[in-house]
Amino acid sequence: MPHKTFFAFILPSLIAMVLFIALPIVSVVVQSLYVEHPRILVEVENCQPFGGCTKEVRVDSAAMQDLERSQPMGQFNGLGTYLNRGHLAVDEIGAILADNTGPGDVLSRIYNLPFYKALAFTLVFCFVVTPLAMALGFVIALAVNAVPKVIKGPVIFFSLLPMIITPLVGSLILYWMIQSNGIIGASLQHLFNDPTLSLRASPLLTWLSLLFYGVWSNAPFSFVVFYAGLQTVPGDTLESAMIDGASRWERIRYVIIPHLMPLATFVALVQLMDNFRVFEPIVGFSAEANATSLSWMVFNDLSGDAQLFGSAGATSVLTIIGVIILLTPVLIRTWRDFNHKVV
Amino acid sequence: MSEATQSQRRPLALNLLITAFIVFWLVLAAFPFVWTVWGSFKVEPDFFSRESWWNAIFGTYTKAQTGSAFTGEGYYGAWVTREFWRAVGNTAIVTLSVTVISLTLGTLGGYALARSGQRYAFWILIAALVFRAMPHITLVSGYLLPFFQLNIWGVLPTSIIVLVAINQPFTLWMLHSFFLSIPKDLDESAMVDGCSRFEAFRRVIIPVMWPGVVTTGLFSFLLAYNDFATTSMLLSADNQTMVPKISSFLGSVQEAGNVMYAVAAVVSATVPLFILVLFFQRQIVSGLTAGAVKG
Amino acid sequence: MKLMFKTTVSLGVLCLTAGAAFADCGIEGAGSVRILSNDFEALRLVNTTAEECAADGVTVTANATAEHKNLQVPALSINPAEYSVAVVANNSIVPLLNDDLIRPLDDLVAKYGQALQPNQLIKIDGKIMAIAFMGNAQHLFYRKDVLDAAGVAEPKSYEDILAAAKAIKDSGAMEYPVAASVKPGWDLAAEFVNAYLGTGAEFFAPGTAELAIDNEHGLKVLETMRALTAYMDPDYLTFDANSIKAEYEAGNTAMMVEWGSLAGATIDDEGAADGVVANTVLAAAPTIGGGTIPAVALWWDGFTIAKNISDEDAAASFQAMVHGISPEMVAANSAVATWLVAGFEPGPAAVGVIATANAGARAYPMQPYMGLLHTALSAELAEYMAGTEDAAQALADVKAAYDTAAKEGGYL
Repeated sequence: MPHKTFFAFILPSLIAMVLFIALPIVSVVVQSLYVEHPRILVEVENCQPFGGCTKEVRVDSAAMQDLERSQPMGQFNGLGTYLNRGHLAVDEIGAILADNTGPGDVLSRIYNLPFYKALAFTLVFCFVVTPLAMALGFVIALAVNAVPKVIKGPVIFFSLLPMIITPLVGSLILYWMIQSNGIIGASLQHLFNDPTLSLRASPLLTWLSLLFYGVWSNAPFSFVVFYAGLQTVPGDTLESAMIDGASRWERIRYVIIPHLMPLATFVALVQLMDNFRVFEPIVGFSAEANATSLSWMVFNDLSGDAQLFGSAGATSVLTIIGVIILLTPVLIRTWRDFNHKVV
Repeated sequence: MSEATQSQRRPLALNLLITAFIVFWLVLAAFPFVWTVWGSFKVEPDFFSRESWWNAIFGTYTKAQTGSAFTGEGYYGAWVTREFWRAVGNTAIVTLSVTVISLTLGTLGGYALARSGQRYAFWILIAALVFRAMPHITLVSGYLLPFFQLNIWGVLPTSIIVLVAINQPFTLWMLHSFFLSIPKDLDESAMVDGCSRFEAFRRVIIPVMWPGVVTTGLFSFLLAYNDFATTSMLLSADNQTMVPKISSFLGSVQEAGNVMYAVAAVVSATVPLFILVLFFQRQIVSGLTAGAVKG
Repeated sequence: MKLMFKTTVSLGVLCLTAGAAFADCGIEGAGSVRILSNDFEALRLVNTTAEECAADGVTVTANATAEHKNLQVPALSINPAEYSVAVVANNSIVPLLNDDLIRPLDDLVAKYGQALQPNQLIKIDGKIMAIAFMGNAQHLFYRKDVLDAAGVAEPKSYEDILAAAKAIKDSGAMEYPVAASVKPGWDLAAEFVNAYLGTGAEFFAPGTAELAIDNEHGLKVLETMRALTAYMDPDYLTFDANSIKAEYEAGNTAMMVEWGSLAGATIDDEGAADGVVANTVLAAAPTIGGGTIPAVALWWDGFTIAKNISDEDAAASFQAMVHGISPEMVAANSAVATWLVAGFEPGPAAVGVIATANAGARAYPMQPYMGLLHTALSAELAEYMAGTEDAAQALADVKAAYDTAAKEGGYL
């Protein structure tokens, strides 16, 4: 395809992405390299409805004005923000490695650093939920493929429900069901005969319920894609496999799964990426005490009373880098496919 | 594979297993929703009971407060008192526009990416992936100042364009894979017959692309429909869409929430989706078939 | 403090007779009024009342949204500002002051502010920067019947609460007699700030942004916070203000320190188990460690006027807002909030906040770097409250997180 035609086709989409994603990413990267100017503080009298007047510190904004006008970005800090305690915590890790009482101590002290705590849950969520949700989605697809045609429509709709209910409220309701007075929580207490069992109190059970929610809400996406893929499995290949005496399992293993492999790559790509940015379940399940994620850190930096744009920017850039590392195998595969494509 | 012959040969035990699994999965997938629909007709101390979940079944407090075991208070409160219908109207505009614009841009772009063998096409695809990795909330907080400066903050078109842009990477990837599965000979033979590239696209590709477009459309639709980060920050209260509106029912330290309004609103919000999925169910499945297969 | 509320009430009687003067809005001049506020009932009422001022040449629009804190700085930094009025609280005024985005109101108050009371004027460095119109605080809610049955008197301090909780638990009446909103995030940090204010100590070394909570007061606060968890539902780390209200209404708990703004919804006749409402007493917030200061922060909500707008718009905005918080509006909606406006007659839901204020509670600090401390507390205290970390480590973590953020913010 000639360059001109190519760009004529892709230009609108490219402009939208450059304007609203690429430029903001560049500005976020630049912003994350700067910190605020040293603030000039003055002590002033401050009177409020309660407690009368007190001396409190203020930023002297008049004195700051010139500095801010000449250097609106702030003070250049290089990679300082990336390396500080809120992010990669290079100094702190160095101190831990230099002086510790054993590997257990090292791990627990590193886990105490906010970035690594968030990263740990993010990675566990990513690598547990993605394969399980894909496997579950695949099995559902095989099963739905086998049900009579009449009930397929409603079965598909109900199978999609976990994906289409607004996560904000979906996780709130599920969370309610698993709390100790809720229908699932109370049933579990009954089942395990342990009236103090609470899915929300222990870190382990909180993680498990978040992972369960992850699998539950991600499975429908894999299901839809795999179910569609099943419709295209070539009938003649299957029949010849049957004539060769292949068992049901062998047909799945040697015909269906290879056929769905490219699809699985696509699903893995999308799901890994989405799970790496896990955020809603943590807030919906009020699980901040036991589980945080990179996206939650960004949210926490931006939603506080004092917004930390530089810090949020650095975490976002680290998220992007994390996604790129995760996706490298898929990207290499795409590169090969692309080069095989006849121009 | 032909269904009739398959199921005839299936042993009874396997059939039972499949049925049991489907029932199990459907309960798992649909039970929370069914529970929500049931609970939306109760009052908060019943559905979100701190005493026992049996209250949600029997409606103890609902009876005490309203005299009957079922109440439409949540729906009344959401739709009439807090004017949820406004948010529904805004959501309809936003989701429809986002879907249509995303698909228009995405089909053109995806087609070009699928038919170009140039290196830069690959890098555009990779860049799109990287773009998709950016947490939305960081992007959105960066938009605020320029949008205020340009005086385009708070209105629906701005949010629509932002959502389209945020959604473009996924749309491009999905439609690109889909176009790869349409044989090249189709449009190339049209071009041999004297059509320009665009005419070939219009006459040959458009008629066969609908299944893929519908599937991609479903995902675009869901993204716009469920979006919270963008719409809550970029829309003024009058133009709010459903999800930020629902979240405003949940309450804060300043105000006891009306959680039942949120529950009723969520149930109402799922009805159009039900119709949509039933309506497009066949296309969704056949679309993906043709589309993402080449990954 | 005591004086203040007495004046409020007596002024109220005077104003009831003079009320007719406020009946119509009658803005002098023309202009555009654009209000940005948080989204809850009291502020929606103020906004609607201010919107009555729309007339020839005067337009009034309001945007009530939970995202107001994220929007206000970019919206007010452009010229002309997107909003002419920003409704703020102790904490959210700080970013506006830091970036010099709001104007002094002295001349406007002199011209149009006769109806305002002196204690409504928030003065910074001698200049009026905001007009407060409602107050809020957390305070003690307790069940008189449960405490009586256990033979304990009204708790005045956290030590009393611990003793009462022990008595109730030992008597077998309730397993989890205490509830507090200690969900990690904003709520948990607010609990720490509350208790620390009660010790009378300062958060920062005077005149600087150096954190100073790593002392016996900080340890005492943490120790008390953790001691209370022994009497809380095991899920306490997931409870926010609305959850503990629900727990309390269900009769699961006997004492909680809860927001005054939720008192109305707690003691109304809806949603509570039998006997809860009738036996609920709203009292001043408890003190801590033998001190005399109630261990909570007092909050005010008020309005500010943007700097980057025309004087005409500013005058119209100020008048519209003064109308929005007029004594008529307050008289008609006295149950909605604890108003600081002339003529407010506190209803049964406001007694806790007023008792707390009268007992001398301190206001939530307005230092420019207080928000950074709040964010640091919100994330770093979770492990301590869960019991997996000791108090010294928790304070060290808070300090490390705060220092990192304060360096980034240019304060250290």
